[in-house]
Amino acid sequence: MSEPVISLRGVRAELGSRPVLRGIDLTVDRGEVVALLGANGSGKSTAIRTIIGQVPVGAGEIKLFGAPRHGFRDWARVGYVPQRTTAAGGVPATVTEIVSSGRLSRARFGVLRKADHAAVRRALELVGMADRAKDSVNALSGGQHQRVLIARALAAEPELLIMDEPMAGVDLASQEILAQTLRDQVASGTTVLLVLHELGPLEPLIDRAVVLRDGCVTHDGPPPQALGQHALPGHDHVHPHAPAGAEPIRTGLLS
Amino acid sequence: MDLLNYAFMQRALLAAVLVGITAPAVGIYLVQRRQALMGDGIGHVAMTGVGLGFLLNASPVWMATLVSVLGAVLMELIRWYGRTRGDIALAMLFYGGMAGGVMFINLAPTGSNANLTSYLFGSLSTVSESDVTAICLLAAFVVLVTLGLRRQLFAVSQDEEFARVTGLPVRALNLLTAITAAVTVTVAMRVVGLLLVSALMVVPVAAAQQLTRSFVATFAVAVAIGVTVTIGGTVTSYYQDVPPGATIVLLTIAAFLAMTALAAPLARRRARALAAAQPAGDPAECMIPAGREPDGKVGV
Repeated sequence: MSEPVISLRGVRAELGSRPVLRGIDLTVDRGEVVALLGANGSGKSTAIRTIIGQVPVGAGEIKLFGAPRHGFRDWARVGYVPQRTTAAGGVPATVTEIVSSGRLSRARFGVLRKADHAAVRRALELVGMADRAKDSVNALSGGQHQRVLIARALAAEPELLIMDEPMAGVDLASQEILAQTLRDQVASGTTVLLVLHELGPLEPLIDRAVVLRDGCVTHDGPPPQALGQHALPGHDHVHPHAPAGAEPIRTGLLS
Repeated sequence: MDLLNYAFMQRALLAAVLVGITAPAVGIYLVQRRQALMGDGIGHVAMTGVGLGFLLNASPVWMATLVSVLGAVLMELIRWYGRTRGDIALAMLFYGGMAGGVMFINLAPTGSNANLTSYLFGSLSTVSESDVTAICLLAAFVVLVTLGLRRQLFAVSQDEEFARVTGLPVRALNLLTAITAAVTVTVAMRVVGLLLVSALMVVPVAAAQQLTRSFVATFAVAVAIGVTVTIGGTVTSYYQDVPPGATIVLLTIAAFLAMTALAAPLARRRARALAAAQPAGDPAECMIPAGREPDGKVGV
């Protein structure tokens, strides 16, 4: 069996002085599609951000493609879609300009060659935005922003896609397009780790769901059956007024 | 053009053009990162450098470069480590820099607040031979960085978190942006003055983006505006005997207003072109479906 693509062992992390991850284990094998689920504040996004190095790790170890996270330099193998509602910055930029920055991990000294421009075009076709390539991102809808962010991650032709709530604020029609894009990627062997608030149209794609609650993994296995809203772990009862450090409320998922 | 016969005007025009190029070239990245006022902060810190230059009998331009680079690096470090009280720390740095400048220049045997004024608001006609050399060298550095690393700086300024995952040296690029901005401030110091530097970094970019849709076009138009207003302001000040720094900044704001006025008709024309490109039978405007009351009355 080959090395897992992502492996977390006993990872702890704090934001400010508040512990957000309290020793989580997570393994993603090659070709797997793993969803990280959990309520707001359960640590899903922080877990993703420790993997990419945006949040420092307090304790534990993270490996990417078998290499310790600290020494990992092969970023062209990773495509990342951060949690954003917009792809725009303080200055106008076209869709192509934004997506091209995703190709920098494959470009030497920031020089894009013919093959790189072709890869950018392909990424735009994958998300169905090729006809908007020259438009300013300021003129796009929320769902189109998300498609641009995904195209930016795909421009490097990564083996691993890490996505933080790619479906947030996206209408159903765009969700279907994104699900189709993802289906094609998975079919070609891409490994995917994504944070989701609810499974939605991606459900048939997901091999395994990891549920976080208060910074701990409470479920790691097949995705929970969606029997109405309340079957989703994201809709468990949350008690924000519970005293700090109180025993997390256990759901039926562990027992 | 009789003004080109004077050596001091040749130097003034050269310095002005270099500022017109470099200030918007750096400013566009600051605007993109939504740190438009960073140039203003660096300008305040640079005052301490000018004061130190007088006190130590060293070149105020090079001293200001040194101190503003240190100040810019410090601001970047505060942004990394002191997230919670970052704004307070920056305020201390700004006003400490200004107070330090006034203090040092008054301690200096040859200095007075009158010297400081020429650095605060610019003093184009007193740009010396050695100032021009310094400005040329510093401007070359700024152009090299802002053009040569444009894709990297674009990525980092657009989305820092994403840039980290493309393997770019985000911290090094952030530091380089800060240092380049500091260098630009000192380049512009003699032309428009430390208190007006930030206007030339920000306003041409803001003016350009009224009309543009891409980053590349915004960059080009902003630099074109920068060069136009710096030359225009310098020439005007020669013939009309008005302060060049203030003239340049007012011209920049006029350019912004002109671009804004142009933007609305241009947007309408683009919308029409888009509508013409739409396939026939797909109306560009919403239509009320037949059978429904236009005033929204609902039958009960």
